[in-house]
Amino acid sequence: MSAYSITEPSRRQKWIAGTLVILYALITMAPLAWIFLTGFKSPPDSISYPPKVVFTPTLEGYVNLFTTRSRQTREYLDSLGPARTWYEEIVRKREMVIAGPSKFGERFKNSVIIGFGSTFLSVFLGTLAAYGFSRFKVPLKDDLMFFILSTRMMPPIAVAIPIFLMYRSLGLSDTHLGMILLYTAVNISLAVWLLKGFIDEIPIEYEEAALIDGYTRLQAFYKVVLPQAATGIASTAIFCLIFAWNEYAFALLLTSGTAQTAPPFIPTIIGEGGLDWPAVAAGATLFLLPVLVFTILLRKHLLRGITFGAVRK
Amino acid sequence: MATNDTPLERIARATPDSLAGRVGGLGDRAIAWIFIAPTIVLLLAINIFPLIWTINLSFTNYRANRLTLGSEYVGLRNYERILTDPDIWHNMQVTAHFLFWTIFFQVLIGFALAWLINRNFRGNAFWTTVIVLPMMLSPAVVGNFWTFLYQPQIGLFNYVVSFFTGVDPASFQMIGSVRLAPWAIVIADTWMWTPFVMLICLAGLRSIPGYIYEAAEIDRASKWRQFWTITIPMVLPFLMLAVLFRGIENFKMFDLVVELTSGGPGSTTELASINLKREAFEKWRTGYSSAFAIILFVTVFGLANIYVKALNRVKSR
Repeated sequence: MSAYSITEPSRRQKWIAGTLVILYALITMAPLAWIFLTGFKSPPDSISYPPKVVFTPTLEGYVNLFTTRSRQTREYLDSLGPARTWYEEIVRKREMVIAGPSKFGERFKNSVIIGFGSTFLSVFLGTLAAYGFSRFKVPLKDDLMFFILSTRMMPPIAVAIPIFLMYRSLGLSDTHLGMILLYTAVNISLAVWLLKGFIDEIPIEYEEAALIDGYTRLQAFYKVVLPQAATGIASTAIFCLIFAWNEYAFALLLTSGTAQTAPPFIPTIIGEGGLDWPAVAAGATLFLLPVLVFTILLRKHLLRGITFGAVRK
Repeated sequence: MATNDTPLERIARATPDSLAGRVGGLGDRAIAWIFIAPTIVLLLAINIFPLIWTINLSFTNYRANRLTLGSEYVGLRNYERILTDPDIWHNMQVTAHFLFWTIFFQVLIGFALAWLINRNFRGNAFWTTVIVLPMMLSPAVVGNFWTFLYQPQIGLFNYVVSFFTGVDPASFQMIGSVRLAPWAIVIADTWMWTPFVMLICLAGLRSIPGYIYEAAEIDRASKWRQFWTITIPMVLPFLMLAVLFRGIENFKMFDLVVELTSGGPGSTTELASINLKREAFEKWRTGYSSAFAIILFVTVFGLANIYVKALNRVKSR
């Protein structure tokens, strides 16, 4: 960076480059902004032509997302007396009453449980294995590392057939434990590859010093190596969490009720008429939001994570 | 042990017996295996065992929805039928079209963006983070939402197209028409994954030391020539890595497209994975679909291996 004298881009060049990139960024954000806005529209507004950018915001989408409703006659609605809560009032306006909570809350909770469970397990196992591969002479090390990576190349549907059969006979289908184990198995390749890179970067001299000071191997591992690897472990964990959070194919095929996560569920919110886009948008917004936050936290390690540690900056 | 000569082992040998006792509570080799074994066991149980099971099933006519019926060994018949099935070749063609055009656009736009960002204008780090967002999101949820954007008349995409071209927004259906649907999935995938290629290209561009350009400048090489003889060759290994990742991922593509078009209309966007899901979990032809799965896996694994060899050759050049 220091000797940039003749190759540093001119001010004009920078201005043009900046404008083009910002233009692209705005275009690429448009669909996301549209999801966000649609969540606050009323169903008629969401399907109006031309598409509405200015509209009266309403929480109807969010109310519809979290409730199931039933249509009632005018007489019945009049006999009920005034609505007691703001969300009941929104529903009443459509000549409906709230019949109960929807399944969205449950599905979201499943995503959280399975996401965090599998993340914890993959990072735990991944850290151990990465340390083993990084610091010890392991026979066939390169082959084992490649084997671990190659498990990621299988199309999920291809593995899903026998896993479906296996889980059916073990009673693991549609359970949290089954999904946690499965996502751990998928994520472990990423965890081992990323963490090995991070641990490789910690100078071995630190441990040697600790060993000379009388620490055992295990003590040196958790008192010296783990604190040094904390950032790496944290960013690996976020990558695993995002993957488990977003995963769709296995969730679609192996879960149906108890353990179903949000991704296969959200498209079904659309309802019978196929018109309740605000509720879908509301669900999508709530589901995508945590990932946006995590991406911003991760931005420094993003490149490393998406390439399994092959490219470091 | 004596042949091993890592610094740690030298220390272990040099330490007095009392200390060695504590260090050796667990030998290094034992620790290494205790640390690595759980991962390997998990992968064997949930990846390799199922894979072997799939291979086994692929030689049978087993159907997973009929528990009472047994299964027979049918030899290579499943493989024979798949390789001669025109529908499967149609899926492969659809997959190839999808692969080629998504990679083409993502490389083109991704590289251009990286090149622009590398001009280091003010705020480039912020805008890079903004651009990267789509690829971190759930493909299924994104695919589902793109169906909304693609709605004729009410959808934002059709509206924007009509705004700029004057075509009636109700006159074309991105996901309902045989001609446009293959492009609908290419557009959505490109929107989602261009940042991936961009990030890797950017790392490549930033890895080129400035003095090379300075030397070229002194030699009076034109900017155009510098681009083709310095920038492109130096970024190529990175670009090829990005293509490898996108190639594998898009060959396996399922979530985004299944939510977007679910293979339709007809089977115009039915990628290999989508048909595989139909055969395995809707028609329940478990044996047949297992053979299909094995063929897909061997294809992606084989192609990736050939590609990695080419990549290494470029790298070592």
